Amino acid sequence: MMLTVNNLYCERDERVLFQNLDFAVGEGEIWQIQGSNGSGKTTLLRILCGLNDDFSGEVLWQGEEQGKARQAFNQHVFYLGHAPAINKTLTAKENLSWHCASRGLTNSDQIKAALNSFNLYGYEDMPCYLMSAGQQRRVSLARMLLSQAKLWILDEPFTALDKQGVMELETLLAEHARAGGAIILTTHHSLQMNHPLQAVDLDLLAGLVAA
Amino acid sequence: MSIIAATLRRELLIAFRSPGEIINPLMFFVIAVSLFPLGVGANQEFLSEIAAGVIWVTALLAVMLSMDSLFRADYEDGSLEQLLLSPQPLYFVILAKVASHWLVSGLPLVILAPIFASMLSLPAEGILPLMAALLIGTPILTMLGAVGMALTVGLSKSGLLLAVLILPLYIPVLVFGTGVVDSALNSLATSGLLALLGAMLILALCLTPLAIIAALRISVSL
Amino acid sequence: MWQWLFKLSSPKWFYTISGQLMPWLIAITSILLVIGLVWGLAFTPPDYQMGENYRIAYIHVPAASIAMGCYYMMAGMAAAFLIWRIKMADMVAKACAPVGMTFTALALFTGSVWGIPTWGTWWIWDARLTSTLIMLFLFIGVMALRSAYDSEAAGAKACAVLSLVGVVNVPIIKYSVEWWNTLHQGASSLSLSNTSANPPEIWLPAFFVGFGLFGFYLIAIILRTRNEILIRERRTEWVDELLSTNFGNNISTNEGLG
Repeated sequence: MMLTVNNLYCERDERVLFQNLDFAVGEGEIWQIQGSNGSGKTTLLRILCGLNDDFSGEVLWQGEEQGKARQAFNQHVFYLGHAPAINKTLTAKENLSWHCASRGLTNSDQIKAALNSFNLYGYEDMPCYLMSAGQQRRVSLARMLLSQAKLWILDEPFTALDKQGVMELETLLAEHARAGGAIILTTHHSLQMNHPLQAVDLDLLAGLVAA
Repeated sequence: MSIIAATLRRELLIAFRSPGEIINPLMFFVIAVSLFPLGVGANQEFLSEIAAGVIWVTALLAVMLSMDSLFRADYEDGSLEQLLLSPQPLYFVILAKVASHWLVSGLPLVILAPIFASMLSLPAEGILPLMAALLIGTPILTMLGAVGMALTVGLSKSGLLLAVLILPLYIPVLVFGTGVVDSALNSLATSGLLALLGAMLILALCLTPLAIIAALRISVSL
Repeated sequence: MWQWLFKLSSPKWFYTISGQLMPWLIAITSILLVIGLVWGLAFTPPDYQMGENYRIAYIHVPAASIAMGCYYMMAGMAAAFLIWRIKMADMVAKACAPVGMTFTALALFTGSVWGIPTWGTWWIWDARLTSTLIMLFLFIGVMALRSAYDSEAAGAKACAVLSLVGVVNVPIIKYSVEWWNTLHQGASSLSLSNTSANPPEIWLPAFFVGFGLFGFYLIAIILRTRNEILIRERRTEWVDELLSTNFGNNISTNEGLG
């Protein structure tokens, strides 16, 4: 079992977002966090990846508390948030090579391969401010492949992708799960992946929607 | 490439691709220093008395004003979050970021200072001590500014809050920095004060990254 | 004793215990202050150097010391909050900033009052006044930071970090300002921290005023902290009960929450 969540409670601006939340993510599983806008999906993801510690309850990585196993946790977990984490004045290659270094990896030849998987062949030396929003998103997604992380936590990964991009990403996600990785994601897009999907519905948990 | 070298490379690349971010604080320094003779008169003797103080105060204001470029862009594009999620030891990454910021904002001040000190009629024997004091002092200012910047980068309307938080902490550096020049002008030894500044630099190197990391975690969780 | 301290970290207990202590504290403080101020300001003999004018020191000196102690207490609470996550510590720290600021302002004001007859000017850049002024800036900085944060929890942590950074700097700032002052010695060598040997008639009232002001400081901190407890714990049962027994059932603090 990779990530275990026990009795999670979080409130924001005096509103309880979720309480008594329990679930566990194991190898090969894909989990979708569902809920309407403002239900706390992004907050939950940020708690899971360790950016937000304003909660009570436990988040365990392979049995150990997240706070204590931080280095191992950061090594094996990749987070994609709303912001692309790409500096616009740098080229795609420069951005990605820093991200590789920040994860302790030194594989610059894999950068080109990662960009190719997202149809950005030939774009490595283009400054990111010259790219469209969709292209920048794909550079950001290339980080995912380069991270060598087991657990991917993705917040709206399909944003700004066209139909083909969406299909390719779905394939990549399914492949990752089949290879023993795990994925937790939120999306408004209705997923059509060749892989079983488990869900946590925050609206349901908050009692706002009938089961 | 190690994370420190990679961070230095990234920060310097970003800095040199937006030359405005480097040049504007320096222009502020140049213009603000020039305001003083216009304000207090061109009497050379009087200017030479206030030269060290004027250079130091303007330098510390310039450093403080240039702090915005340290974390803001990374905060807004999400790179800061990724930095905090990196499995690499954050302490050295932060030091690398602050060091590269000093290289493009503090070091040019050290180089420009003698020109303007001389324009303010600072006697020749004060110039080298001024540069030495600025060389040791501006990194301290950058590091303290980074703490303030880390605390305020997540706030939407922080305005001059950074100044309110950081300027009182700059006072010891200012006092000892100008003290170095005064001692030199009075033919007294400057090594004691420079050593004191050096000790403050080492203290800052050891402790500020911890405060910066704590503050960044708070800002990112907003 | 550790158990008692540990109990104090619970807001409910702090509120109850402080409620019981307050009448005593107020009584003792009032007695000390009345005795000390009347004795010191009216009945002590004039100083051979400064004549009648030194009397303001009875207020000025303890005010300055308490202000400094307040900053250290704020930093101590900040450390307790960051390290052990004791929420009560942050509530006390939040109270320390405005109270410390007020005591600092009082020290500055009384320093000015002393300065007018002594040096002919209401402000002088001597070591004491200057470092007290900087302390005022530090307190204002902490208050400004807290109010800039919309999120209560994040603001608490940010102020804690700032207080700790400040507390490391406070001795450095004090030392540097004292050194700066010796370098740029003004005409007067009279410092406000005149420690010439004084007979007991002079320093006994100082004890009364000193302890009295300290009691006043504690009262201010406790009152603010109690207020903060009521605000932050307003959704708990005990606060709800407290408010309804004191103010009737018109006040409900649990509206809108399931």
